[in-house]
Amino acid sequence: MMAAVKKNYVVETIRKGQMIELLSQGKRLDGRALDEHRPLTIQTGFIQKANGSAMVTLGNTQVLAGVKVATGTPFPDTPDKGLLVVNAEVLPLSSAYAEAGPPSEDAIELARVVDRGVRESEMVDLASLCITPGKSVYTIFIDVNIMNVDGNLFDATSYAVVSALRTAKMPKYEVVDDKIKASEDLIPVPVAKTPISVTMARIGDSIIVDPTGEEEAAMDARITITTDDEGSVCAAQKGEPSTFSPEKILEAVDTSIRIGKEIRGAVWESIK
Amino acid sequence: MEAKRKLIDENGIRLDGRKWNELRPIKMQVGTLKNADGSAYIEFGKNKIMAAVYGPKEVHPKHEVLPDRALVRARYHMAPFSVDERKNPAPSRREIEISKVIREALEPALVVEEYPRTAIQVFVEVLQSDGGSRVAGITAASLALADAGINMRDLVSGCSSGIVDGQVVLDLNDAEDKEGSGDMPVALMPTLNRVTLLQVDGIYTRENFQKAFELAMEGGRKVYEMQRQALNEKFFSAGQMEQAPGGETGES
Repeated sequence: MMAAVKKNYVVETIRKGQMIELLSQGKRLDGRALDEHRPLTIQTGFIQKANGSAMVTLGNTQVLAGVKVATGTPFPDTPDKGLLVVNAEVLPLSSAYAEAGPPSEDAIELARVVDRGVRESEMVDLASLCITPGKSVYTIFIDVNIMNVDGNLFDATSYAVVSALRTAKMPKYEVVDDKIKASEDLIPVPVAKTPISVTMARIGDSIIVDPTGEEEAAMDARITITTDDEGSVCAAQKGEPSTFSPEKILEAVDTSIRIGKEIRGAVWESIK
Repeated sequence: MEAKRKLIDENGIRLDGRKWNELRPIKMQVGTLKNADGSAYIEFGKNKIMAAVYGPKEVHPKHEVLPDRALVRARYHMAPFSVDERKNPAPSRREIEISKVIREALEPALVVEEYPRTAIQVFVEVLQSDGGSRVAGITAASLALADAGINMRDLVSGCSSGIVDGQVVLDLNDAEDKEGSGDMPVALMPTLNRVTLLQVDGIYTRENFQKAFELAMEGGRKVYEMQRQALNEKFFSAGQMEQAPGGETGES
């Protein structure tokens, strides 16, 4: 996915020099400030057959998340907790360089980083999703389809997952005569928090928020930091075979807290 | 849910007797496998991990070749018997992700431009897992890369920190990893002071984030001293010196 894209973006790699020069003056190729994200749109309820869904665009990056709720067997070490599964697929129609097939390591990392943000912030109250301890629990599947790749799949996916979960409705499952019955009326999926990830790229000495595809092609390293409603960090992941100085990491944490707050407001606004 | 057991007692002592800023016992040995171009074994608490490096060698399949540098590959794998419940030997999503971050943690230390059109393959086999296996694996893999004689800018040293019973602590063991509320594996190039791996889960206030991050970096620097010692033992030990006049050359 991203690696495949990167290898093919020969022109963008050549433009890296120009990019670094611009960045040293605090400018980006598309005119954004270093800490400015691209326009974000969120359309929830896009898929009627899903329990919840959200189509998100972040600049030219476009992703669709769908929530499906079912019943399943809990893990032996958490017999009284519901299950949450995040999966991401980079569809072959999403870029000239994407290929069909089993999830690449980039797609697996993407899903797992977004999953950690949702899980660690305790966004979904999994303890309330138990039907019969040790036997059956609610299982919440969140599948994300990447529709168009233009950088920063992490944040687009994170916002789509959060928006889809926040607006999802599910049946209430009850045990009647040893069988699980789904109620006719739907109830909201029990969500408490709004974790928001902010992904930054390091190009030379500059840290930029929400990199585009061509900025990703030129980036040295990447960091995604997810914060919760209180401004605490709940997940983070450094990526790409390069490094950060310890000072830049702490700077990135401050940026993610500040920008995360702004984006959380925008997410709230578009899903209410 | 049942009440959680306390992982730190009233005197600030952890279940395995350590203080908040103490590492588990660590042992490292370099050159432990005959066939590999470089290898190392590490015990990090109850973690037992073997790392091996093959390369620089030919790239297969050929279309993956990089014209200007070496292709670095890493595989992190857990033995089925390394954990409480038998693990399916097929690579899990977790192992695939960890393989990726391990590669990205080691590659910055390698002078890959010096080995164009080649592959450098790193294997990390977790024989027994005890919390913090990825950072212990990186530490061993970095020694194996040095043992293979691949040019490096620095060693890569790994250590984790986390939050247990609301407190920032160094180097989580299995129980603390599972029952604690946060884990922060970090890898760094200590001489260059660059971070090559950072993963975070759990809830950290801004203050706790910095505290945990700096603690893990400090732990990594202690690990670095042990790595240097392990390399010294293989290449510059008294035994090696005594052998040298006997005419044995080229042995590594």
